[in-house]
Amino acid sequence: MKPASPGLCAELGHSVGTIRLDVGLEVPAGRCLALAGPSGAGKTTILRLLAGIARPQRGRITIGEQVWLDTERGVFMAPELRRCGYVFQDYALFPHLTAWRNVAYGLRRLGRRQRHARALELLERFSMSDLADARPATLSGGEQQRVALARALAPEPSALLLDEPLSALDARGRASAGRELSAILAGLEVPALIVTHDFTEAALLGDEVGVIDGGRIIQRGSASQLAAAPASAFVADFTGAVVITGTARARNGDLTVVALDGGGEVATTDRGDGPVALSVYPWEITLRPPPAAADESAQNRLLARVVSVTVLGNRVRVGLAAGQPLVAEVTGKAAEELRLAEGVEVVAVFKATATRLVAL
Amino acid sequence: MIRRSWFSALLAAALSLALAFLALPVVAIFTDTSPGTLIARLSDPVATDALQLSVETTAIAVAVIVLVGTPAAYALSARAFRGRATLITVLELPLVLPPAVAGLGLLAALGPEGVLGGVLGDLHIQLVLQTAGVVVALTFVSAPFYLRQAQASFEGIDRSLVQASRTLGAGEAATFLRVAVPVALPGLLAGLALSWGRALGEFGATLMFAGSFRGITQTAPLAIYDQFATDLPAALALAAVLVIISGALLLTVKLVAPREAGLAGAVR
Repeated sequence: MKPASPGLCAELGHSVGTIRLDVGLEVPAGRCLALAGPSGAGKTTILRLLAGIARPQRGRITIGEQVWLDTERGVFMAPELRRCGYVFQDYALFPHLTAWRNVAYGLRRLGRRQRHARALELLERFSMSDLADARPATLSGGEQQRVALARALAPEPSALLLDEPLSALDARGRASAGRELSAILAGLEVPALIVTHDFTEAALLGDEVGVIDGGRIIQRGSASQLAAAPASAFVADFTGAVVITGTARARNGDLTVVALDGGGEVATTDRGDGPVALSVYPWEITLRPPPAAADESAQNRLLARVVSVTVLGNRVRVGLAAGQPLVAEVTGKAAEELRLAEGVEVVAVFKATATRLVAL
Repeated sequence: MIRRSWFSALLAAALSLALAFLALPVVAIFTDTSPGTLIARLSDPVATDALQLSVETTAIAVAVIVLVGTPAAYALSARAFRGRATLITVLELPLVLPPAVAGLGLLAALGPEGVLGGVLGDLHIQLVLQTAGVVVALTFVSAPFYLRQAQASFEGIDRSLVQASRTLGAGEAATFLRVAVPVALPGLLAGLALSWGRALGEFGATLMFAGSFRGITQTAPLAIYDQFATDLPAALALAAVLVIISGALLLTVKLVAPREAGLAGAVR
């Protein structure tokens, strides 16, 4: 067992243009916090401040006992001393260096031969050893991302920061890159921080998700907590679709039938095979009292228990436990009629056409 | 249809005229005198002395420009400070300064009676009418060409490359050497070629500041002027060599320069 790595703590106050950033965050070692918010929310600025490539007007950053920044005491540690692994949105690979030399860039302390060996070992881990001598310009987006990750991880960084890690990839590359990335994050022993404009991405990659808007973290929690009990209408809308996973294994006429992880079956009009993710918008899910009557064949039914009821103006967010967490959004009138409260059993009903499938 | 055809003819005529006018003098240098005579005249000691001096002084000037200009241009591109725009304008001033004015300015600054004349005298440094003075004049006149191009090249570097380098443990100096210079290299080489070309052709400032003494301050352009009254074939031979070198430098710029930055500096 290695000694436990320290966690990252930051309080940052900074104004850039019209954004007034005011955030506090702590990320324990080995955990990944995903900050999700619309563009212009100040997400990238947070990463830049943490890495030390920008200075905040006010703030304090510590990692364990080490103080990276303390504006009150005039402490500012240079980025090269903080050694944050930083994966830039456009990857920022050095165009004049081959893939392996990019990875070896942060390994100056090692000898020539060790440097080469370590770079190749990392590229190997990302199945990129064949392209070790390729220039970044000749690599695809997904390949560039893997080189950028390998480069960030090579010097054994004190923390890992990722700026929109999947947004530069096309839809197909995104699913596999996302899977790879979450596996790497799971094995990481240092704090990790991801910023993204896509809540689904945040839910997929973060152990915890913070929704950020206008320079502030509005709410933090697990992705399902945020969706089920959003602190504001903004969070409710931002969380978007509910994502559940399963295995597509049978076709029923025109429909794909997916066996959900944790039990239950759902049909979708999308085609797919093997492990998949399904997404449904909360407002597409209606709630009925049990038992579920099989009246319309195209509808999905999942027996669920209510775990939270959150009133957002004229709509009600209902957190559901149904093998996997689900979220429904109903009118206040419907909530009253169903006597929705914690522990009540309901049936979540949604159409196969409202169920989108993404291959994993 | 008719309109377009007369306009096309006009364009073609304008282009032909421009080409003929700009290329003819260059071609004439080679055709006016037979190649044999040109080569024979090149062995003339006046020509060899002048060429050797030109190569030496321009090489030193360009080396100084690159060594000082590269970090200076980086500072201009990477640092935000008050008066930066004014500073850039001052640094570009020699681009538009008439050479005679540049020569006078150098005399007023570094001549025996100049602003720094006393200091230089105390240090036993004499520039006027010396080879060192040629280097000073060449550096003064051609440095802005390199500075401009280098600054533009550094500014063209994606900021995230520099930031990535820092997060990977490289300090500012290491980042400059290992990322900024290599990434900007095509632009820097183009700037080097441009300023070298300018230095090779320098005439007025050198003449005013350093004079035209054979073997000491008489560079190739000065020798051409000196010879053309007395020995036209010799002047033409020297001119031909300068055309070839300048052409080679221009070709270098075209080949190595990033497409857009290209000749931006040359067209001042």
